[in-house]
Amino acid sequence: MGLTATTIAALAADEPVAYGASSVESAGFFLDYAWLIPLLPALSFAGILLFGKRMRRQGSELGIAAVAGSFVLAVGAVITWIGHRDDAHEGVQAVHRSVGWLRSGGVEYDAGILLDGLSVMMLFVVTAVSLLVHVYSTDYVAGDARYTHFFAFLSLFTAAMLFFVLSDNLLQMIVGWELVGVCSFVLIGHWWEHKENSDAALKAFFTNRVGDIGLLVGVSILFFAAGGTFDTLTLSERINAGEVSHTALVAASLCLLAAVMSKSGQFILHTWLPDAMAGPTPVSALIHAATMVVAGIYMVARLYPVFWEGMSIGGSSINVLALVGAVTLLFGGMLAFTQNDIKKVLAYSTVSQLGYMVMALGVGAWTAAMFHLFTHAFFKACLFLGSGSVSHAVHSFDMKTDMGGLRKVMPHTYRTFLVATIALMGLPPLAGFWSKDEILAGTGGWGLFGGTDANGNYTLMLVMGMVGAAVTAAYMTRVVYLTFFGTYRGHGHPHESGPRILGPLYVLAFFAVVAGLFNMPKGFQLWPAAWQERFGHYVEPVAAYFPAIGHAKPSWSLAIVSTLVALTGAGLAWRYYFKGVQSRSEAAAEPLTEIPDGPVSRGGLPKAVHTTLVNKYYFDHLYTDVIVKAVKGPLAKATYWSNQRIIDGVVNEAGRQSVAAGRAVYDHIDQTLIDRVIVDGSGRASDASGEGLRQMQTGKVQQYAAILFAAATVLAGVFILVLSL
Amino acid sequence: MTDFLNDWGLTLVTFVPLIGALVMMAVPAAEEKMLKQLALLSSLVAMVIGGLLMLDFDYGNAGALQYVVDARWIEVINSRYILGLDGISLPLMALTLVVVPLCVVYSWDHIPEPGNPKAFFILILILETGMVGTFVAQDLILFFVFFEVVLLPMFFMIAVWGGENRRYASIKFFLFTLFGSALMLLSFLALFFLSTDPATGESLRTFDMRALTDVAGAGILGATQVWIFAGMFIGFGVKVPMFPFHTWLPDAHTEAPTVGSVILAAVLLKLGTYGFVRIAVPMLPEGAEAWAPWIGLLAVIGIIYGALGCLAQTDMKRLIAFSSVAHMGFVMLGIATLTDFGINAAIFGMVAHGIITGMLFFLAGSVKERYHTLEIRRLGGMLVQAPRMGWILGFCSMASLGLPGLAGFWGEFPAILSAYSPAEGLPVETFRTYMVVAAVGTVLAAGYLLWLLQRTAMGAPRDEFADSDDIVDVTRLEWIAWAPLLVGIILFGVAPGLIFDVTDPAVVGLLASGG
Repeated sequence: MGLTATTIAALAADEPVAYGASSVESAGFFLDYAWLIPLLPALSFAGILLFGKRMRRQGSELGIAAVAGSFVLAVGAVITWIGHRDDAHEGVQAVHRSVGWLRSGGVEYDAGILLDGLSVMMLFVVTAVSLLVHVYSTDYVAGDARYTHFFAFLSLFTAAMLFFVLSDNLLQMIVGWELVGVCSFVLIGHWWEHKENSDAALKAFFTNRVGDIGLLVGVSILFFAAGGTFDTLTLSERINAGEVSHTALVAASLCLLAAVMSKSGQFILHTWLPDAMAGPTPVSALIHAATMVVAGIYMVARLYPVFWEGMSIGGSSINVLALVGAVTLLFGGMLAFTQNDIKKVLAYSTVSQLGYMVMALGVGAWTAAMFHLFTHAFFKACLFLGSGSVSHAVHSFDMKTDMGGLRKVMPHTYRTFLVATIALMGLPPLAGFWSKDEILAGTGGWGLFGGTDANGNYTLMLVMGMVGAAVTAAYMTRVVYLTFFGTYRGHGHPHESGPRILGPLYVLAFFAVVAGLFNMPKGFQLWPAAWQERFGHYVEPVAAYFPAIGHAKPSWSLAIVSTLVALTGAGLAWRYYFKGVQSRSEAAAEPLTEIPDGPVSRGGLPKAVHTTLVNKYYFDHLYTDVIVKAVKGPLAKATYWSNQRIIDGVVNEAGRQSVAAGRAVYDHIDQTLIDRVIVDGSGRASDASGEGLRQMQTGKVQQYAAILFAAATVLAGVFILVLSL
Repeated sequence: MTDFLNDWGLTLVTFVPLIGALVMMAVPAAEEKMLKQLALLSSLVAMVIGGLLMLDFDYGNAGALQYVVDARWIEVINSRYILGLDGISLPLMALTLVVVPLCVVYSWDHIPEPGNPKAFFILILILETGMVGTFVAQDLILFFVFFEVVLLPMFFMIAVWGGENRRYASIKFFLFTLFGSALMLLSFLALFFLSTDPATGESLRTFDMRALTDVAGAGILGATQVWIFAGMFIGFGVKVPMFPFHTWLPDAHTEAPTVGSVILAAVLLKLGTYGFVRIAVPMLPEGAEAWAPWIGLLAVIGIIYGALGCLAQTDMKRLIAFSSVAHMGFVMLGIATLTDFGINAAIFGMVAHGIITGMLFFLAGSVKERYHTLEIRRLGGMLVQAPRMGWILGFCSMASLGLPGLAGFWGEFPAILSAYSPAEGLPVETFRTYMVVAAVGTVLAAGYLLWLLQRTAMGAPRDEFADSDDIVDVTRLEWIAWAPLLVGIILFGVAPGLIFDVTDPAVVGLLASGG
């Protein structure tokens, strides 16, 4: 089923296009009109900005209403899509609606929406998390000086992400991609009065801009390689049909990878992400769960043929995409250990979990990656909002100095946080377990665990993923201990948060428990066969625009081993903190900030590792202190110096020389030769000469002009001479 | 109505401002209010006529010249009074017709030192005639005359109403441009003498741009074309301005009064790029092909160089001025690809840069008025004291750095894209290198603009301005002057087809006649 002539003709025609056979007619209201989903929050952005201050709840009601509307529409789209998928027996076509956008070179380029399992799933995740974040924010941000403004940009942020998700072509994707970036810039810098916040916002934007070089170049390559189209479906089908040069795809996928690395916080462009915690906590939740950072993951998933071919994922044992993901998941997770700011731990945890997703895409486990995106959105949003709830109570994010023992005063926050933590650790039967396990199975590494039918033999990825699981479990145990156990080390009297904060926490915790059920592995005897692998069934495209990837068989042994590994990580951390630190702290009758820090304080290798981690592998030093400083300082100054001294120096010197030449001509030829010798030298003439000279010195512009024109005439003579040769 | 527009529309739209200027000369300088009203009226009438022309314009046939007027003018050199409007001219004409009334409105209450609104507004109107005329002229001599008409009013505007260093800046501006013009005129003469009719082989001896575009350099040897193109290259390149002919620009902008800077950035620079698109490239295809890699090289140097120059600036206005060098680099890169995609992007880039940078200069003017300084170090906390203005600055910075969804993007990205696959005969690898370099330039653009934003708008106000009464938020007059530009930035960003669809047929036609 390649690209048919009719679809190309239909694309070229200036009318709404339905792609594929099953969607020529209406695909139902919720899919046909899915463009309303981003439109609602976009309108609410404008509405809040214009009228928000005059509303009773300062605009937040409008934002919530709009996002709630989008959520309802998204749920409708999910249900419609499920019906759509069930009706189709052999594969299912995406629903594609587009209108003309711009013409260039006589070709019309469309804008439109593309709905398939992937985009519909994302619509649900984005609107659901965004709605909860909106509700949560009405309490959390209450009393803020720019409350209205905050909600306006929350709306725009949501709209931008939804727009991005629905894009049917690369141009539109770039637009959505950048709009998400700029909204995050504004929201991270929400409290711009303090320089560290605006610095964080700028850093996020710059880093993404660096990645965008890859995006712009990559899209350019794809556009030409695919025969002059931005359309995602056409592009994908042409790649799958083998019509696109492999070299171009290699180049394009590497370029796009740079963009993914910046947007989705992959090594080595991840440094902006922890700093982005400078924004209000609800924003952090939104950025790290459902919007900004998963945009990169979504792009890889959406343009999967590009990566599948370009990275040669099938039948391989390593590729750049998988390696970037694996490195990120492991080294990002390790950074989470040394952070004392609870949000920064979660930020590095996000970096690490995104690494899992990228790795999964890199090894061909497409569905597993998307499923992990799905489950992660809920439990990570829960964790962020939970950390917000805690900080709301203790007015700080520092776990060591201001938290501890909070489980007694904040039981609801504690419970939901714990549930989400277990989900993140990947312990059965919570959500994270199922999705992480699928990723590990998808690596196909070793085959020892029965990892058959995978797309390759990515043993290294399996090992790193396993170690990463242990690391994850360990650092989360540390967080739970420092926050909720031991003795309270802060000041004041923390109290449990209100219902508008706890409500979203419980909803998210609920999903953190059940989200895994949506994709029970095939052949899992404890679960009805008809309900197995539903997520994959509805989300993974079965069409010409999607590459023919293999699907790894689930493995009991792998599941057991990975659970044991995670338990080991958690157990070691539990032993160290719940037993070791706790008892040492009790013995010394001092809070844990006052007692020696275990092996690290003894120096040697542990100390060195610790220092490296505290300094975040020195990436920030390299970027900020070396690269940025060099460009801003010496390089820019040298450029400007050369501009003023060299180029302008030449210009000014040329001006001076022309004036001098003019004066010489005037003095010696005009005045002396012509006036005095040829014409009779009268008194009047010498008066005029004095006057003329004076004018010249005072810089009358006409004189300069005349002189320059004379110079130009001379040049012109040369020019004509050359021409006539 | 249509007949009237056909015969008189373009002539009127060009000369109404001049007529207004003449009327104003007759009014005594003391009648300030009346003079202002006259100025506004003339520019508005021109805008309305332009609007009618645009409404009546046959967009299905945007590739063809419309409202063509062809009358006797200077017979002795066979130069005729030919005006015409097509899809390339239209957006630029519209830009001019919108920007000038906004400048008049903006200057309503603040004529810069040393005052004299009469002369100031007369100069603006003469400028308008020159600019509109350049965009609609279809005869090289007529084009040249309009092109030069612009020079003097701008010179006086800088020299009389400018800042401290105005004399140096104005003379530099004048001489630089005049120098380029001289060479440009020579090239026009060369075209006149050397172009031949390919059918008969006879010398054409015409300045008619339509005919010269049709023959597309026929009868002129490739090597000769290269030389003629070189003349235009310098003439237009100075105006753009292209690296290394750009040094007049930061000085002129820094010293010029606010509306002078706005007009300079919004329209004047486009005369150069327009000249490349309208004259140099289609009339001398072989010359263009030979020069294109060099133009591309200078363009990307300009992108990086301009951005680095921006990073080194301590003055807000000078920074914006330097950013023009970088932005016009993108425009020139688009032109250098000699592809329809690239030239469309270039025209879009001209309009977008006109709106965005024009807006930024307005902002700089208003900042100067409030803080009496543009030194970035001394500014800060604008979002606290004048929040709306701070947000507008943020918005325009985003637009200027090429944020997709706003106008600037559609000039930048398609130019980058087209460099991946330049016209046949151009070195592909070279242009792909340019593409990557230009893409790096977008990062630097984010750097200088956001640092500017951070230092001026964010943080807390400096002590010296903390209690200043001068610092007020956007005034009503400013809203009137700015709103159309702000709307334009969003509108063209969301619906780029508004411009692309108009320019595309004309660009395709121009390139087809050249190929």
